Amino acid sequence: MVGGSGGVAAMAVLLGACGSDSNSTSTPAPAPADTGAKAPSGDAKGDLDILNYALTLEFLEADFYKKVIDANLFNGKNGDIVKNFGESEQAHVDALTATIKKLGGTPVTAPQTKFDVSDAMAVTELAATVENLGAAAYLAQAPKIKNMEVLAAALSIHTVEARHAATLNTLLGKSITPDGAFGKPAEMDEVLAAVKPFIVA
Amino acid sequence: MPKNKTLAAPELHAIEIHGMTRSSFILKSALTVGATAGAAAVGPFVSNALAQDAEGDIAIVNFALVLEYLETRFYKKATNLGLSKEVADLAKQFADDEQEHINALRGAVKQLGGTVAAKPVFDFGVTDEKSFLKLAQTLEDTGVAAYNGAGPMIKNKDILAAAGSIVQIEGRHAAAIRLQNGEMPSPDAFDKGMTVDEVTKAITPLIKK
Repeated sequence: MVGGSGGVAAMAVLLGACGSDSNSTSTPAPAPADTGAKAPSGDAKGDLDILNYALTLEFLEADFYKKVIDANLFNGKNGDIVKNFGESEQAHVDALTATIKKLGGTPVTAPQTKFDVSDAMAVTELAATVENLGAAAYLAQAPKIKNMEVLAAALSIHTVEARHAATLNTLLGKSITPDGAFGKPAEMDEVLAAVKPFIVA
Repeated sequence: MPKNKTLAAPELHAIEIHGMTRSSFILKSALTVGATAGAAAVGPFVSNALAQDAEGDIAIVNFALVLEYLETRFYKKATNLGLSKEVADLAKQFADDEQEHINALRGAVKQLGGTVAAKPVFDFGVTDEKSFLKLAQTLEDTGVAAYNGAGPMIKNKDILAAAGSIVQIEGRHAAAIRLQNGEMPSPDAFDKGMTVDEVTKAITPLIKK
C-alpha cells in the first residue's frame, strides 16, 4: 500500500522534470524560475490554480475518511476499504502539496470540514457522492492543465477517484458507471457549490 | 522561439514522461498497431506522425483502439463461459461500454483524417469464471495504465477530454472486477501510466498470429 511518503515519492517521479533547476536544453521548463520565482503567471499560474483546487477537494476527502474511521462505523472488508481510501486521499494531499511548492506556488490551507458520520449507510452514500464528484472534477480539469508532468499526475489520481467511486456504488447496489460508457466532467463552480455544505464557513 | 515564451508554448515533442518523449511514444504506438493489427492499419502516416500534431494523435488513438478491440472481444466471448449471473451481468455491461469506446475512437481517428486500425484476432485462453476474472483484472488495470500513460502525449484537447472520459470508465471497471476477485479495488494511491512497450508486452500474448 502506498502511504503518504510513498505517494510523494511517486509524484516526485512524475514531476521529475518540473524542478526550477531544470535547465536541459531539450526540455522546455515550465518552471517559475523562467519568469521570476515570486509570482508564477500564465500557464504555471493556471496549473497552480487547478492544483490548489484539487488540493481543497483532497483535503475534504482525507478529512472525511479520518472522521469516518474515527467513528468506527465499518469493520472487516469494508473497514479495510475505507482505511485504504483514506490513506490514498492523504497521499493525494501530500503529493499535491509537494507539487504546488515545487512549481513555486503556495498550497491552500486545509478547510475545516463538517460531515455527519453517525450512520454507516448515510456515510456510504456521502462517500459515493464525494468520490463520484471528485472523479468528475479531475476529468474536467485534465484538458486545462498545461504542464505535462502535472497532467500525468492528475490523470494518475483521477482514475483512483474513479475506482473509489465504483467501489462505493457497488456497495450501495448502484451502477458503477452512473453516466454510462463515458465519465462526465464537472466544472469547478459546480463542484465547489456541491462541497460547500461540508466546509465550515 | 524566444526563451521567455516557453511557458505559453511548451513543445510536447521534447517533454518526457516516464522517460518517453511524445515522438518515441507515437512511433512505438504506430509500430504496435502495425504489429498487432497489420501493417496496412498503420498506413503511410508514420513518417508524418512525428512532424504533425494530428498525425501523432491518430497513432495514439489507434493504439487505444487496439486495446478497446481486445477488451470488447474478451467480454463478448465471455457469454460461453457459464459465468454466474453477477459476473455475466458485468461482462455484458462492460462489452457494451467498450463497444461504445470503439465507436468513439473510430470516430476520433476519422475526424482527425486518419485510417482506422483494423481489428486483430485474439486468443484469450480463458475457460471458466476464475480465469476470466483474473484476465479481466489484468486487462482493465492495463487499460487504465495505458490511457494514463498516453494522456499527456495527446495534443488535441478534445481527444484528451475523450480519453479522460474513457479511462474513468476503465478505472471503474477495474475496481468492480477487483471486488469480484476479493482484491483491493485501488491497489495504489496513484494509477501510474504504462509505457507503450509495457502495454505491448502485456497484450501481445493475447494476439493470434
